[in-house]
Amino acid sequence: MAHTAAIHTEKPSKWSGGSSPFKVEYGKLMMWFFLLSDSFTFGALLISYGTTRFATIGWPDPNVAFNKFPGISANAPLAFVSLMTFILIISSVTMVLAVQAGKEMNKKDVVRYLILTIIGGLIFLGCQAWEWTHLFHEGAWWGANPFANSNGTQSTQNFTNFFFTITGFHGFHVFSGVCINVIMLIMTLCNKFEQRGHYLMIEKAGLYWHFVDLVWVFVFTCFYLV
Amino acid sequence: MNNEAVLQAGAATLHVAGDHGEAHHHHKQSFITKYIFSQDHKTIGKQFLITGIIWALIGGFMSVLFRLQLGFPDTSFPWLSTVIGHWAKDGHITAEAYYSLTTIHGTVMIFFVLTGGLSGTFANFLIPLQIGARDMASPLMNMLSYWFFFTASVIMLSSFFVETGPFAGGWTAYPPLSALGDASPGSKTGMDLWLASLILFVVSQLLAGLNYISTVLNMRTKGMSMMRMPLSTWGVFLQAVLGVLSFPVLFAGFILLIFDRHFGTSFYLSDIYIQGVGALPHEGGNAILYQHLFWFLGHPEVYIVILPAMGIVSEVMSTNGRKPIFGYSAMVMSMFAIVVLAFLVWAHHMFVTGMNPFLGSIFVLLTLLIAVPSAIKVFNWLTTLWKGNLRFTPGMLFAIGFVSVFISGGLTGIYTGNSAIDIHIHDTYFIIAHFHLVMGVAAFFGMFCGVYHWFPKMYGRHMNNTLGYIHFWVTLVGAYLIFWPMHYEGLAGMPRRYYDYSSWESFKQFVELNRFISICVIITFAAQFLFLFNFFHSIFKGRKLTVKNPWKSNALEWTTPINVGHGNWPGEIPEVHRWPYDYSKDGHDFIPQTVPVGEEDNPLYTSAEFTGIKVEEEPAKAHKKAHA
Repeated sequence: MAHTAAIHTEKPSKWSGGSSPFKVEYGKLMMWFFLLSDSFTFGALLISYGTTRFATIGWPDPNVAFNKFPGISANAPLAFVSLMTFILIISSVTMVLAVQAGKEMNKKDVVRYLILTIIGGLIFLGCQAWEWTHLFHEGAWWGANPFANSNGTQSTQNFTNFFFTITGFHGFHVFSGVCINVIMLIMTLCNKFEQRGHYLMIEKAGLYWHFVDLVWVFVFTCFYLV
Repeated sequence: MNNEAVLQAGAATLHVAGDHGEAHHHHKQSFITKYIFSQDHKTIGKQFLITGIIWALIGGFMSVLFRLQLGFPDTSFPWLSTVIGHWAKDGHITAEAYYSLTTIHGTVMIFFVLTGGLSGTFANFLIPLQIGARDMASPLMNMLSYWFFFTASVIMLSSFFVETGPFAGGWTAYPPLSALGDASPGSKTGMDLWLASLILFVVSQLLAGLNYISTVLNMRTKGMSMMRMPLSTWGVFLQAVLGVLSFPVLFAGFILLIFDRHFGTSFYLSDIYIQGVGALPHEGGNAILYQHLFWFLGHPEVYIVILPAMGIVSEVMSTNGRKPIFGYSAMVMSMFAIVVLAFLVWAHHMFVTGMNPFLGSIFVLLTLLIAVPSAIKVFNWLTTLWKGNLRFTPGMLFAIGFVSVFISGGLTGIYTGNSAIDIHIHDTYFIIAHFHLVMGVAAFFGMFCGVYHWFPKMYGRHMNNTLGYIHFWVTLVGAYLIFWPMHYEGLAGMPRRYYDYSSWESFKQFVELNRFISICVIITFAAQFLFLFNFFHSIFKGRKLTVKNPWKSNALEWTTPINVGHGNWPGEIPEVHRWPYDYSKDGHDFIPQTVPVGEEDNPLYTSAEFTGIKVEEEPAKAHKKAHA
């Protein structure tokens, strides 16, 4: 077997071991892979929704189903959900600022922007709670759909089934994101990251938060716009 | 989070080893932190192994029970009522119990034994040892992954004891049987427990998989490039990628199933008409949707099961063949191809669901493509054996046996993957024979191969070879005698999942054959107790290891001390200079990965001490000597 087996010439590369090829610590790598995994969960749910909807003859008009705004009796199609979406996207902006402040080791700004992000998340959850309550009073729930198809025929309950399941699953993600951010806030206030000398945890929480926002864009498109 | 690796802001220096690092400090450990809630990857690997063995015993015993029914439908076994109580009436297993047994046998074997028990064991045990790391990236998450698995096990076990019995609708849990609580006794509480158990299992796999991936990517020791990793590490690494990407889809399917079961939705249910009940209130759902979601995991799952086995077999075969593995990069590439193709073939399980024949033909094409990387691997194993200086250790025998059953079962995959043929043999014993050989028996052989090979590393003792040989030959012959005849039954149209075939004129010809298979099952199952005895006896009483590197292997795990503590290497983590398959090269029997290129003849690196074949004295003896 002389000289037939591979002889590896020493070429130092970032993949040759001894250090991370991506120059990241493992936690961030795990977060990215977790997000990839989670996007498959959401992907599966949204594709299930899509196939079911395409296999169904009619579907309610979202402009009719989602036309209420708290405190206003006028017809306001999609106005409320647009506000929700806007708030969630703004909370992504404040999250970016928190991460940036962390990179600059600016504890005061980290605290300030984390609080704003948490508030944004809570407002979003509150909005979702109002919307669900409102829909419930209209007679919509898992297994019950009061809305007619856009052509006036009786609609399938899978409209509400998927709506509540998928927005609920997303809401659960927002809720866990808020919890994570609260933990980050407490850890920041206890100077945990100052002691460690870096705010990498905030960055990882930020990745998760942006992912949850990004998923909402798809959920929003699938349920409210299409 | 105190073990979080630190990335210095601005600087690119990485502290990859975690804080187990440099000093290898022995933290004081109680029994509980050392053996139960351990964060040592080696202990966690052993926990997965022993839990897997217990499940294999339960799952195997279930197959003995339902084979009794299939082989002896007219014979009464009064002792059955003693063992399983009211699930056996007048010495016969009831139909409900029969379906529960087959269902749980499938679930347990695939998920708990061949996923948790196989990749859980060897990924945990081998990855840090083979890539040169102190532990997994996150030992805490690693521990949690075992305890999620354990909880899933307990919940699955508890479903045996509910009044309506465990789930009985097949391991695939297709709706409506799984979605309608009234469909069968097993569809009631049993199904809820089944779902809860598997959801926890998905969480366990996620935690474990994220850990395996980031450990392999981030924590390789200096010089350990990806293409210098042993194939066993490649196998578990790629199965982790598969698991992290396919289990979430099953999870999504389970969420919808839970809503269908308990919240009145109709994701999978439509207005099915049931005699005596009328039409169900559900409308608009599609049971086929579940099948798509399920098989999007279900097909990658068979590769999750087989990839670690393939890796283990490659490593063991090269070591005991005293030859470099043939076509290392082809092995890696074909495993990678299998990972990619795994996501594109799921609907070949669904040819008879009324899918568009054109779509079916695309899935046929993609399915048959998998034959290419599989054949590359098989030929590489055969050429690794070719003219090798083979050492027939029990591990090596199981590696060769793996190739044998993988070929036998793989060839029938070409038949089952063709939609035209599959329409005839779908849901027959031909399918049972196919997947048991190619995925069940093969993965078990991979697992046995790994246990026999790495047992000395795990427990510092040898297993008994004679028992290992008997175990191998009985299992190999038994596996063929059990599953080979099933091909004939399947081609003759004998459907799977029937309780009793004796009332069909066309299957009466198989009465004798079924009895023969059942007898073989009992003998083969009994032979596994040889392994069990060997395993547990050797942990405490086996011949003690005298050298660090008993197999004269090149891989990094054999450079660690015989009874290795948490942290793996007492001193520095060794640096790696070459791939792990330099066997019989340039007049050297083996050249460990730690030997620098060009230094093969340097006495420093050929010394028995460096290569790990120096007989080490037991500490107790050395101690005595010092006093004398």
